[in-house]
Amino acid sequence: MITGPLIVGVACAYLGLLFALAYWADRRADQGRSVIGHPTIYALSLAVYCTAWTFYGSVGRATATGLGFLTIYLGPTLAALLWASLLVKIVRISKSQRITSIADFIASRYGMSQLLGGLVTVIAVVGVIPYISLQLKAIAWSFTILLHYPEVRMPRVLDPAFWQDTAFVVALLLAAFTMVFGTRHLDASERHEGMVAAIAFESIVKLCAFLAVGLWVTFSLLGPGGALTGDGLASAADNPHLAMLLSPRISAPGDWFAISLLAGLAVMLLPRQFQVAVVENSDQRQIRRAIWLFPFYLLLINLFVIPIAVAGLLAFPQGSVDPDTFVLTLPMAYEQPWLALVVFIGGLSAATGMVIVETIALSTMVSNDLVLPLLLRRWQSQATGADLGRLLLRIRRLAIVAILLLGYLYYRLAGEAYALVAIGLISFAAVAQFAPAVVAALYWRGGTREGALAGLSAGFLVWLYTLLLPSFAKSGWLPAAFLDPGPFGIDLLKPQALFGLSGWNEITHCLFWSLTTNVLAFLAVSSLRAPDATEAAQASAYVDAFKHGRPAGLPIWRGSAEIAELMALAERFLGTERTRRAFADFALSRGVAAPGDLPPDAQTVRFAETLLSGAIGGASARVMVASVTEEETLGIDEVLNILDEASQIRAYSRELEQKSRALEAATSELRAANLRLQELDRLKDDFMSSVTHELRTPLASIRAFSEILHDDPDIELGERKRFLGILVSETERLSRLVNQVLDLAKIESGHADWLVEPVDLREVIAQSAATTGRLIEGRGAELVVHTDHCDGEPLVLADRDRLIQVLVNLLSNAAKFTPAGSGQVEIRLTRWDGALRVCVADNGPGIPEGELELIFEKFRQASAGGDKPVGTGLGLPISRQIVEHFGGRIWAEGGAEKGATLCFELPALAAGPGRPRSQAAAQPPTPPSQPAGETRP
Amino acid sequence: MTRATLSRQRLLVVFLAALLALFSPVVRRFETVPGLFGVPALYLYLFGIWALVIAVAAWIVSRGRD
Repeated sequence: MITGPLIVGVACAYLGLLFALAYWADRRADQGRSVIGHPTIYALSLAVYCTAWTFYGSVGRATATGLGFLTIYLGPTLAALLWASLLVKIVRISKSQRITSIADFIASRYGMSQLLGGLVTVIAVVGVIPYISLQLKAIAWSFTILLHYPEVRMPRVLDPAFWQDTAFVVALLLAAFTMVFGTRHLDASERHEGMVAAIAFESIVKLCAFLAVGLWVTFSLLGPGGALTGDGLASAADNPHLAMLLSPRISAPGDWFAISLLAGLAVMLLPRQFQVAVVENSDQRQIRRAIWLFPFYLLLINLFVIPIAVAGLLAFPQGSVDPDTFVLTLPMAYEQPWLALVVFIGGLSAATGMVIVETIALSTMVSNDLVLPLLLRRWQSQATGADLGRLLLRIRRLAIVAILLLGYLYYRLAGEAYALVAIGLISFAAVAQFAPAVVAALYWRGGTREGALAGLSAGFLVWLYTLLLPSFAKSGWLPAAFLDPGPFGIDLLKPQALFGLSGWNEITHCLFWSLTTNVLAFLAVSSLRAPDATEAAQASAYVDAFKHGRPAGLPIWRGSAEIAELMALAERFLGTERTRRAFADFALSRGVAAPGDLPPDAQTVRFAETLLSGAIGGASARVMVASVTEEETLGIDEVLNILDEASQIRAYSRELEQKSRALEAATSELRAANLRLQELDRLKDDFMSSVTHELRTPLASIRAFSEILHDDPDIELGERKRFLGILVSETERLSRLVNQVLDLAKIESGHADWLVEPVDLREVIAQSAATTGRLIEGRGAELVVHTDHCDGEPLVLADRDRLIQVLVNLLSNAAKFTPAGSGQVEIRLTRWDGALRVCVADNGPGIPEGELELIFEKFRQASAGGDKPVGTGLGLPISRQIVEHFGGRIWAEGGAEKGATLCFELPALAAGPGRPRSQAAAQPPTPPSQPAGETRP
Repeated sequence: MTRATLSRQRLLVVFLAALLALFSPVVRRFETVPGLFGVPALYLYLFGIWALVIAVAAWIVSRGRD
């Protein structure tokens, strides 16, 4: 029923379906409607971790070592719990740095070193090719076994010519398939949406296939009424494997832990895992679901391993059927051809999924990190000028074919001597060498290029020596003496019991030695020098990835670049259309109209590097861009200087701020002072204009009358006398005015001379009365003096002459304004509340209420009923200045028609009880009758 | 502390607990315990812890989303 053509037909149909699915997903992606954005698809794509080794080999391993197979899946389950921090960080870094492979990730971190990228690639290829062989073997074997249906027969170890070998055909087919999937064009982000869709689909297929077999075995074969129910315990006695499965134990806890650890590392570091988990990730939030969904998948696909193993051991006589094939041979043995076909397809899924993703990942690394740097070194930047993008694709396709052929070769040479199943763990141990570098990249700012190189090399060499070469020896390629008693007979160098560490499981042994030498070499060599500028900048970008909301800041860069050159460079790899679009978007984001206007600074160069690194890897991109720009490398000293400058600048700016604040305060003070000065200036101008006006008036009269007298000699004597009288009085007035102005100025500026002594006010009054007596009489007014209502001695501390000046001023004013003939001027001295008050009252027209204060203003003369003002207008202001200088006050009272009363008050000087009157009288005699306003020399 | 950090912390706790449950000498105790329905206890224990870890992780992740 199941014939060769049928199997082939079904297989081809299935692959065709996969291809169609991938094509459709790619088309949708190009239209912008991605199908793989769903987090479940992401989690399923991670299940590419389960290869044919899981599908077929788990049962084999369970049979051989009992529970040991579980470690391969428990490790990743636990690792998944850490993805929330670990994987998210890696994805974030990779997206911002446009990282396209694990070689890129490591090389970018440690100084963008191409050598490091190349080393990682070599380790990955060497480590993973045997794993690919395993898949080829699985496909070939499952095909051959199924072909023999219904006979269950293990394929004989033939040596067919390679063109007749199923495995070879399979390898070629897979190469073609992978090339179609992965190398149709050079995507700047290296994402392959079609591939991811196909992988997710394959994950479902293989899970369903395995579950189908598992359910059938558990409930049909082993369940009640099943074909194998009765045999169970009876056979257990003579079948040790069965006994081990029925009473399981963890024989070696150390291995139990070590291999779980190994698997946990591998689930992140295998190239295919890095590709689907990091590079193909389109949204960091997808990781959340994967944290539990992926382990759940692992749980499901392992649920029925033990039952299938038990059933297989029961069904087949010991040793007749390879346990790796139980999954397929059990349905075949119990006449379930369709189930067997389903199983075959499941196994095919598992194998092809692994091969496609792994080969694409490896070919990307080979082209970007191994071949391209070598080519660049040879050609410099004057490359063929041709489309480098096409060249890159061609290199990748070649790499795919080469890898697959190498895988086939290894499969042919390894034969059956060493169970390929063990190869899986050997590959795990190889990629585990990346772990120290990757973990340090994420959490440590130290670590140099040389340190990473040393660590990786040391770990790789130890792995070669303790695992790979022994596997060759066990396969017969190397003399068995290599293993025991060790090379050149040296016991301590036995590859699988190094330095006497014997009795260990070979994987655990290798893991121990390789990781310790790796870590030690890494740390030791990294300590030889401090990280340089690039390494430090990248360290910050990696370690602080969570702190940066956007990709890490600009690298410290000095150089010159031409935008046109950068664009031309990018066009060579990405094509004109894509480059133009990318640069236009970038220009917009920087607020510049056209790419040609972009400033050729560090940010632009960084953008160009990132754009290119998506296509050719970070290290190569940096080299290419560096060849276009002329960059001066900065040493760490210069970096520190720049940082120093920055802190200096900060200090200066703080000082500046403080100074500007002080300046502001000073400015506001100055402004206020200026305002005051302007006010005073205005006042001075007013004063000046008033003074000149007052001066001009008498001067005009003097001039006028002088001219008359001069021009007309025939003026009558009486007339002449009158004019001369006017001249004299005007001159007097003028000189009085000038004197008063000077006096006032002196007083106001504080340059006046004051003679301060106890003064008897009665004397002052008497003196002033005598001085103004004639003036008052001339007006026909009567002067009354009341000083006797004051008891005690009315002493004040003042300048006697000045007080006389004040009183004379008041009396003259009173005399001026009393009505002619019936005027009465009264002087009254009283003691009032600790002060002495002198009031001068007249019965003139009085001062209107509103002018009581105004009269004390300069040049203000109270209107005296139409009479021409005779005074200067300065008398009262001067009096006020004098009185207030001695701590007193002067004011006017009265209203219109009530007569004016002007009073001034001075603080009384308490006379001592025994103060002799003679002392008060012994004042220095003052010159009598000084005209008011005459200043003292 | 943000929701994301809390989730990470909780997952770390689960990680350490699982480490303890699956890799410490505790596991070996189940080798001698009698099983259920013919299934050896160690299988039940291992798969049980496995399923529990997955369930708790799923719960933490779904809570973190709120």
